[in-house]
Amino acid sequence: MSIWEYANPKKFMQASAWALPWMIGLTVLCLGVGLVWGFFFTPDDYKQGSTVKIIYLHVPAAMMAINAWGMMLVTSLIWIVRRHHVSALAAKAAAPVGLTFTLIALVTGALWGQPMWGTWWAWDPRLTSFLILALFYFGYLALWAAIEDPDTAADLTSILCLVGSVFALLSRYAVNFWNQGLHQGASLSLDKKENVSDVFWVPLVICMVGFVMLFVTLVLMRTRTEIRARRLAALLARERVA
Amino acid sequence: MTALLIRDLRLAMRAGGGFGLGLAFFLLVAVLVPLGVGPEAATLGRIAPGILWVGALLACLLSLDRIFALDYEDGSLELLAAAPIPLEGVVAVKALAHWLVTGLPLTLVAPGLALLLNLPAQGYGWLVLSLALGTPALSVIGAFGAALVVGVKRGGLLLSLLVLPLYVPTLIFGAEVVKRGAAGLEVGAPLALLAAITMGAVALLPFAAAAAVRVNLR
Amino acid sequence: MPELGKYAFAVLGSYAAAILLIAGVIALSFWQRARVKRALAEVESRQGKSDG
Repeated sequence: MSIWEYANPKKFMQASAWALPWMIGLTVLCLGVGLVWGFFFTPDDYKQGSTVKIIYLHVPAAMMAINAWGMMLVTSLIWIVRRHHVSALAAKAAAPVGLTFTLIALVTGALWGQPMWGTWWAWDPRLTSFLILALFYFGYLALWAAIEDPDTAADLTSILCLVGSVFALLSRYAVNFWNQGLHQGASLSLDKKENVSDVFWVPLVICMVGFVMLFVTLVLMRTRTEIRARRLAALLARERVA
Repeated sequence: MTALLIRDLRLAMRAGGGFGLGLAFFLLVAVLVPLGVGPEAATLGRIAPGILWVGALLACLLSLDRIFALDYEDGSLELLAAAPIPLEGVVAVKALAHWLVTGLPLTLVAPGLALLLNLPAQGYGWLVLSLALGTPALSVIGAFGAALVVGVKRGGLLLSLLVLPLYVPTLIFGAEVVKRGAAGLEVGAPLALLAAITMGAVALLPFAAAAAVRVNLR
Repeated sequence: MPELGKYAFAVLGSYAAAILLIAGVIALSFWQRARVKRALAEVESRQGKSDG
């Protein structure tokens, strides 16, 4: 039972139809528990007051914004190498979700930064990197929309995703370089356990899992729609020829 | 390949070829920014590196769609793809032509504009060096973007959206070189990174661009 | 509602924005799904009739 069986659109539709209700359930459960716990049942932070509650949105969204692009990179590579349409369509399906997470990271980051740093927008390296990531997502989506032939679009957007990934990484380092010396230590970096005490950590992990579940659920659902759309286009083309 | 280079250069230089458009735009930016920001010399001097780099970047953007569009429209691109020289070489030559007609003139004209923007004296050398090192990257990255959208009618805006994020690392390091150089600080790190990005782009992006051209010619 | 103090706007604003954005992408996905399903059903029934 190899994962490549699901490259077959029919198998994918069957498997995803079965999986989707479970994924929706898990998403609602994890997000519900995580966010309610985090919002209502955690204390304020010594330094950041009640704004620490924003962590339950900001960190998972930021994490998924990056992971979504990573998934798009992998599925684009699979399309280029193995020509599985489901893979290309999955990348297309994931992009709006990844963009949404990026926007959430940006908005919550700005709202968190305002009371902490005193300005509505700060060119903090992390926030700036996410702004650039949002531009990469917009470009990717715009290219899919601009090309009529689906296979051509899949090929071009895959190449863009590949090249874009390299430049996104380069930009990350460039932006860090560009903003050296500012906000050191005061950045929103809540990396890893050392910086976040246990009372915040558990609901945070649950929220992160919840966001992963949300991503998977939406991508499954959207890929199914893309597969149907592809079938629709094929049928319409057949009609025009007949 | 030399023949292709000369041909592209000739096409760019003749009337309607767009030569000088980038330069004019660069000049416009250098004039408009002080008008918008105010004539205070110290302010202008501080932001001059950024303005010059952003101006150069935007000026490069203007002529990008010409790299492939004309040949695509009249069918010559297909002929070039079938020619004995590899398509990657064709792309590299076209990017080189673009640089010779856009990036290089910008680099040479920049010190004059830096005068308008009150760039500190020690920054001039770094300005020319950073642009000389960085504009080839802008041309080759631009060629990649142009290859992606060659099949899209009026894809100019889309081209900008795709290419500008790719320009970010070059812009940051290029402007840093000039900023630090103008202040008399150490310039080694951003300079090395700028050069590395250009070399990497020039070496690898022609392959990605050629792949995109092949896809669009199918 | 926990005591949010002076940060109420930042915290509530963040939760509101995030919920709105997530609801938005979910709604978009449902809308696109419904549109494609409808069009597909229509074409399939048309072709089903003509195929016999």
